[in-house]
Amino acid sequence: MRDEVLRRVRAAVATLVLAGLLVAPWVVDDYTAAILARTLALGLVGVSVALLTGVAGMPTLGQTAPYAAGAYASAVLGSQVSDVGVVQVAVAALAGATLAAVTLPLVVPARGVIVLMITLAIGELVVTVLGRWRSVTGGTDGLAGIAGVRPFWGLPVLATDQARYLYTLVVVATLVGAVLLLLRTRAGVLLRAGRDDEMRLRASGHRVPLYLSGAHVAAGAIAGAAGSLLVVAQQYISPADFGFDTSALLLLGVVIGGTASVGGALVGAALVIAVRDWLFGVLPGHAPLVLGALFVATVYLLPTGVTRARRPRPVPAPRPPDVAPTRDRDATPELRV
Amino acid sequence: MNCLLSAEKISVRYGSLAALTDVDLCVHDGQRHALIGPNGAGKTTLLSVLGATTRPQRGTVRFVGRDVSRLGPAARARRGINRTHQRPAVFATLTAIENIEVAALPRTIRRRRWSPGGTRGAARRTAAELLDQLGLSDLATVPAGHLAHGQRRQLEIAMALAGRPRLLLLDEPAAGLSATEVGRLAELLAALPRQVAVLLVEHHLDLVYALCDTVTVLRDGRTVAAGTPDEIRTSPLVRRAYADGVS
Amino acid sequence: MIAVAAGPNRIDPYVIPALDGVAYGLLVFVAAAGLVFCFGVANILNLAHGMLYAIGGYTAAAVLDGSWASLALALGVGVLAAAAAGVLLAGLLTPVATGNHLTQALLTFGVALAGGSLLVAGFGPDDPQVLVPAALDGSVQVAGHRYAAYRLVFIVVATALAAGLYLTVRRTRAGMLVRAAVDDPEMVACLGVSPTRIRVGVLAAGGALAGAAGVLGAPIIGPGADTADTVLLLSLVVVVLGGLGSMVGTLLAALAIGEIQTLGVALLPSAAPFLLFAAMAAVLAVRARGLALRWAAT
Repeated sequence: MRDEVLRRVRAAVATLVLAGLLVAPWVVDDYTAAILARTLALGLVGVSVALLTGVAGMPTLGQTAPYAAGAYASAVLGSQVSDVGVVQVAVAALAGATLAAVTLPLVVPARGVIVLMITLAIGELVVTVLGRWRSVTGGTDGLAGIAGVRPFWGLPVLATDQARYLYTLVVVATLVGAVLLLLRTRAGVLLRAGRDDEMRLRASGHRVPLYLSGAHVAAGAIAGAAGSLLVVAQQYISPADFGFDTSALLLLGVVIGGTASVGGALVGAALVIAVRDWLFGVLPGHAPLVLGALFVATVYLLPTGVTRARRPRPVPAPRPPDVAPTRDRDATPELRV
Repeated sequence: MNCLLSAEKISVRYGSLAALTDVDLCVHDGQRHALIGPNGAGKTTLLSVLGATTRPQRGTVRFVGRDVSRLGPAARARRGINRTHQRPAVFATLTAIENIEVAALPRTIRRRRWSPGGTRGAARRTAAELLDQLGLSDLATVPAGHLAHGQRRQLEIAMALAGRPRLLLLDEPAAGLSATEVGRLAELLAALPRQVAVLLVEHHLDLVYALCDTVTVLRDGRTVAAGTPDEIRTSPLVRRAYADGVS
Repeated sequence: MIAVAAGPNRIDPYVIPALDGVAYGLLVFVAAAGLVFCFGVANILNLAHGMLYAIGGYTAAAVLDGSWASLALALGVGVLAAAAAGVLLAGLLTPVATGNHLTQALLTFGVALAGGSLLVAGFGPDDPQVLVPAALDGSVQVAGHRYAAYRLVFIVVATALAAGLYLTVRRTRAGMLVRAAVDDPEMVACLGVSPTRIRVGVLAAGGALAGAAGVLGAPIIGPGADTADTVLLLSLVVVVLGGLGSMVGTLLAALAIGEIQTLGVALLPSAAPFLLFAAMAAVLAVRARGLALRWAAT
């Protein structure tokens, strides 16, 4: 019953938000358009968080790492390679995917909450590196004055905030559409199966680490692409854009949107970021306090959904089979998809 | 000799407890082989060793003549050993048909023969057929987590079959099933293609004697007897083995 | 051989950072012990752990006035305040106790956010000054170099604390329970101890440890707006590298991190930002299999 109500509320809110996002460029002023563009970029990162957390069962607090990699790659390299937006998005996605690929051995063998810890650590360390690598990233001062972008060959450089917002909207819509399509293929059902019962998936002969690696790299590419959008939206980036606070807010947004729902993640993440911005504008001193309360309230009111701790991998040292951990089996599954 | 699956001198210890000691087992192609014995005999441990979820201290497992001792569960499944578990393992948020579909999907990226609907379409057709065979077609779109215990057990057997195994390891498939369900299970197992060998751990002795052509008896981690159901049924050794057990 | 004998200049620049590394590492160990404890025993990922350390640090800044009495007071108040915050966390976690780790992460993060905001509101956004007792404020001769007296004393005290922790875990009944719980958390429930009690106890103890570290370590990692995040990150890296199996592993991991942050930076200043990351990557890549096995129980 409660699930039904929740579903309808989410659907209604999502429709409203999406309608608003479509109408925005013609309705809002420059400043708001820029903010919305940045919010959309973060929403896309939220999509990558949902892909890992909800669909693959790898809860993550570290998607800001490929996001940052993509942003800096776009700002530093992209502008040297080409000023075409699509190319910069591709460069950024590649950077994000590369970082994800490099961190695979750290993340893929881990299960459950350990993934949260490791991804948090990775995210923080990447941001620290960015802050200190002054020669390339400008350190904590960030990079400003980034050149404008032409969305596609033959089109003029994006000159207004509204134009930049539209560009962001189109890219996000395309990428989210691609993710949704991909999840309808066997990749989607295999990831969800592994999330539900990894051991059963292995028992059917599937190479689970391979699938998890694929999901991780794909999520890295998406977050990286979002980084390029951030650069276009703000025309300025600094390590402060990629802190651990952002990761936690994204996770909150994903949970609010329905952990395994990709569309919900976009809307949820965008909403949470918007609320944060609004709070910081309205209550500059006490915004974190209210946000903290929001976290606690969400946890009390909403089921956090899909992240079942995966069953442990087979242990080479023998264990009595009937004493093997079974608590995950008995946990009542969250049946939302 | 020529066993499809052979376990040689398998020993498993947990600290000072010897779960299995020097157990040998041979399952032939197409055989219906039962593993019985009182509680604590080590039957499930042996099945775990064969399914690679437990690594023995000593011993070798060979499949189709090759040593598979070092292979994990996924690798063994790809070679053709599929199993079910004591507690039916299903993908709770996936529908029944999706469960079997996953099990039927190819595990490698090698190019397959083209079929309508692509690989997922082919897998879905296999899944639909298997569901039909089980008589569970009207549950196709129900999330597996919502299924009753007996239905989940049947679903897991279907998932094991979907992998086109050469050897099926079944861990107490009749446990927790009603009489009708046991009957249906017996029909399903009897109707299995001849090329699929079955190794069955069971307490339900009627099912065992009706279905199987070979029985191995374990007690206290050792093999006590092996032979045809008739031989086992009348063996005094076996009776003594069970006398102290709670079977 | 000849190089070492002929030139004290060779090893000189590194003795101080190396000692610093020991001090830093020991501090990280005591600070992280609370997180290891929470996670290993009660399977709680406490993202407010850094905040608990910061509570200790801010208490030290507020109470310390250069006298020994104030140091004792700061320690007492800091430990109590942080432990109380831990109990509060346990209370907040109780209604969602059956939730998964995502729940805990979000809830504890929310508390950290709110708590951090309150601390900054109370003490201001700048790093407050910490006044150590005058006797410890100077420097001392060590192997021909001057070294901060406080850090030397800290090394001694922290070592004693670590030894105390080790003995408690190894020799007392409570310690045995803790070790058993780390091996198999479900067993603890079977022993008839209420999970709520365990949660409260574990978070209080973890808080107390973090608070003590915050007070004593204030001159090394002092209170400030970033402290909570820094300490949380370092503690997480210790847990990830050191594993949950043994205190010795945790200690070694902490010392390694301390040395990387100090000696490592001194030896390879241009690689400084990457060192911790690279070290973590190297250790994990080698241990991934072993860690996964240990975590199979969690």
